[in-house]
Amino acid sequence: MSYLEYHAKSTPTGLRKVLHLNWGLLLLLITVSSVGFLMLYSVAGGSFSPWVEPQVKRFGLGLGVMFVVAMIPIWFWRNVSVLAYLGSLGLLVAVELFGTVGMGAQRWIDIGFMRLQPSEVTKIALVMLLAAYYDWLPAEKTSRPLWVLLPVALILIPTALVLKQPDLGTSILLMAAGGGVMFLAGVHWAYFAAVIAAGVGLVSAVFQSRGTEWQLLKDYQFRRIDTFLDPSQDPLGAGYHITQSKIALGSGGWSGRGFMQGTQSRLNFLPEKHTDFIFTTLAEEFGFIGGFTLLFIYMLIILFCIASAIATKDRFSSLVILGIAITFFLFFAVNMSMVMGLAPVVGVPLPMVSYGGSAMLVLLGAFGIVQSAHIHRPRQSSR
Amino acid sequence: MKRNSKDQDASHGRMTRRALFLGGLQLAFAGGLAARMRFLQVDQADEFRLLAEENRINFELLPPARGRIFDRNGKVIAQNSPSYRIVIVPENTDDIELAIAKLRRLVDIPDEDIADALKDIKSSKPFHRITLSDQVAWEDIAKVAANAPALPGIEPDVGLTRVYPQLSDFAHVVGYVGPVSDYDLSKMEAPDPVLLTPRFQFGKVGFEAKLEEQLRGKAGTKQVEVNAYGRVMRELGRREGEAGADMQLTIDADLQNYVQARLGRESAAAVVIDCEDGGIRAICSSPSFDPNLFVRGISVADYRMLTEDNYRPLSNKTVQGTYPPGSTFKMITALAALEEGVVGPEETVWCPGHLKVAGRRFHCWKRAGHGHVDLNTSLKRSCDVYYYDVAIKTGIDKISAMANKFGLGIKHDLPMSAVAQGITPTKEWKERSYGKDWLIGDTANASIGQGYMLASPLQLAVMSARLATGRSVTPRLLKSIDGVEQPSGAGEPLGISENSLRIVRKGMYSVSNDRRGTAYRSRIIGDGMRMAGKTGTSQVRNITAAERAAGVIRNEDLPWERRDHALFVSFAPYDNPKYAVAVVVEHGGGGSKAAAPIARDVMLQALYDGTPPLEAYPKADRSRIKAQQERLERERVKRPLGSRSSRA
Repeated sequence: MSYLEYHAKSTPTGLRKVLHLNWGLLLLLITVSSVGFLMLYSVAGGSFSPWVEPQVKRFGLGLGVMFVVAMIPIWFWRNVSVLAYLGSLGLLVAVELFGTVGMGAQRWIDIGFMRLQPSEVTKIALVMLLAAYYDWLPAEKTSRPLWVLLPVALILIPTALVLKQPDLGTSILLMAAGGGVMFLAGVHWAYFAAVIAAGVGLVSAVFQSRGTEWQLLKDYQFRRIDTFLDPSQDPLGAGYHITQSKIALGSGGWSGRGFMQGTQSRLNFLPEKHTDFIFTTLAEEFGFIGGFTLLFIYMLIILFCIASAIATKDRFSSLVILGIAITFFLFFAVNMSMVMGLAPVVGVPLPMVSYGGSAMLVLLGAFGIVQSAHIHRPRQSSR
Repeated sequence: MKRNSKDQDASHGRMTRRALFLGGLQLAFAGGLAARMRFLQVDQADEFRLLAEENRINFELLPPARGRIFDRNGKVIAQNSPSYRIVIVPENTDDIELAIAKLRRLVDIPDEDIADALKDIKSSKPFHRITLSDQVAWEDIAKVAANAPALPGIEPDVGLTRVYPQLSDFAHVVGYVGPVSDYDLSKMEAPDPVLLTPRFQFGKVGFEAKLEEQLRGKAGTKQVEVNAYGRVMRELGRREGEAGADMQLTIDADLQNYVQARLGRESAAAVVIDCEDGGIRAICSSPSFDPNLFVRGISVADYRMLTEDNYRPLSNKTVQGTYPPGSTFKMITALAALEEGVVGPEETVWCPGHLKVAGRRFHCWKRAGHGHVDLNTSLKRSCDVYYYDVAIKTGIDKISAMANKFGLGIKHDLPMSAVAQGITPTKEWKERSYGKDWLIGDTANASIGQGYMLASPLQLAVMSARLATGRSVTPRLLKSIDGVEQPSGAGEPLGISENSLRIVRKGMYSVSNDRRGTAYRSRIIGDGMRMAGKTGTSQVRNITAAERAAGVIRNEDLPWERRDHALFVSFAPYDNPKYAVAVVVEHGGGGSKAAAPIARDVMLQALYDGTPPLEAYPKADRSRIKAQQERLERERVKRPLGSRSSRA
């Protein structure tokens, strides 16, 4: 019997669990989502359709899912981690075989009432599996090579499948989140140093080879990398979005043009104005103050998670909470870097704000697990 | 598994440290994001606000003018003509539907065009100019221009569209352009951005497709500032494009036009090659079609008419169609035998009307036989038995090698679609293709251009030019690119003894100048203009022993698709060859009757560079020819441009 189950009797039961929810976290999530509704209402030109209404419905559904997940004890979630991981791999294979091609990539499976993006589920399942793995693995084995290689393989399998879709953004997120959990679990820092050094070495070797006889990539592949890294070289393609996005953002100024007053994002510049580029509208209409506030709320959510993870003595709980927090952080960090022209355009939405069903539902489910860990944390008093 | 609580505390401690470390990193990154936000929104705010509020930057692609195509004398075969149209630039309007609705109150535009345009808008970038209505009358353009303030995003525009003024004459040579499709794009590694412009005209078939990149040129870009109503305020930058290259063909448009008319409604092909430099002077496949139909997308009804026609107007029979060359192949067999020394020019073969080969009877076309036949007579009267005999002595591989030297079984490199290689069978080829051994009877069939042997009309014309000159004349279609002359196709000597060539040419001369020659009726009168040729009639069906016994059914009594193909190859003038002509009339019956007269008329037209005098024809034919010339003259008058059938 594990440490956590030993102390199970001291955790709240029945409806009393509701009292032990992490209310602060819940309130922050509702706030962020409300910002999303507001912005979707604005980009639709002051209308609940076509985006706000379905988004609110999904948020309601997501809250329901979150509560149910939160009520179920955390050890149940630990025990189903392997199943969740295998299930998500199955979905990834299924989307490869039967998926719908959207935006040039195979990502969706239509399951009647909504389109499911299996790669969203995978992010959470991978974090759960790694947390369960390090919960099970005796601490002294953590840094032994064989026991390091296994989780690396567990990360790379879904990454490869997602990359094949092709969805570069999600595969980067998967690797970063997986690596993050391994780091937190205490894998020796030398491994990370080695991987980073190897990565830097490989990239610089590829670039050094340019124009020499042993050139590692074809010329047109280099040109593609160039436009990927510096979109201004392709002013009619990728660069167009970034230029327009920066103009919209910058024109917001200190305090913005005011709600529903944005002109840039209202004209048909950005095909993704309600999804990946929604931050542009927020920043234009509410200025630096609005954008900074959103960033601040996001960081508060991260801090609440870290606090909750440190407070619990259960290893699985800590790792899963921190893993989910990293995933959440990567979402908004990558998205904001992208719209501000700091990172190449890869399809990553702004979490809880961008229009989209799968991502919101899955994130709320994940925060359900965070809540469950919080409710069912072992309490010192009962020892 | 029991864990000791000290261990646990240690690992929990480490996790807490690492969590705080990662949290710190995240906080630092968020700080960076905030700094960037501040930089864009506070430090650079004025600049961006100016860009945003007063003006916006628009990118425009400047589509290049497609290269024009001319004939050898500078006559226009393909050009671009201005077409007025109404376009919408989606990023310049808040409400596309409303703008279009307003426009339709002014100008009449069919629902389908609007539906097409809306589809294009969805699939393109917001700065692309989407055509709402094409080929618009000037008054409508004026109305749109006058009401510009009320029609945000909508502009009159003058664009270029491809026009083929020679109508059906060059459909098979030049091909046509059409709106670029998703399928076209999917085949490209990295498509030029200008191709993403909706309905951009792109070479689909033939010359237009083969030389697409050179004809297309390079698009320029223009960066302009526009105000909130989409009106251009000033130009910020411009990168000029490059117009496509102008191309000149070796073809003579007048001759091409004559040949096309002369072929009429037959399912036929004719090729005229300049013996001196290999330049193709005319290359016609009949029936043809009007390529202008395809430029903006052909209607379903028109397309069905073209595809359901038995005579296959869309297929280019000159390079794509392959036929058994029949007796036109006999020169090759004769040359192979002469060069191998298995037969001398004076040696005769006894033709009783058939030859027994490996227990099977191979018949001569003349049942009664030709008696004693030497090489000259064998060509003049097209005796089959002579060739069975000498071919078996020579061997198939030697014959095929000789055929390859003359351009048969070789894929000629021409900028046209689906150029066929044809077949010159060898022992190894049959083993590879059918897994069967070569039989001696196969050699007999091949010797008279039947059996596995297949050649395109282009290859037959090349063969004639090479027979005429003894050089490996290479066909070419492109005379110059942007005024730069392309290499001549005169070719090197073939390395065949002049003696053998002279004997074979003499035989071809007899075919159309000797009273007993198979094409005597299609001779050319006048010294220095004499034509040498060879008829061919290739079977498309097997004649059974029973049918032969009962008497072979005459071609006229057979259904069209089972009649023989009629062929004729020729060069002239005999003593100083200038042109080589090959004609194939699908299911036309006998070569001497159906193909030779066409070849003769075409040859004369080429030699005289226009309508030949009646004196060039045999006396008895002159009145008939005069009537034919007048009829063709009327038919060659072109339909005026713009009589396109309407789009469906």
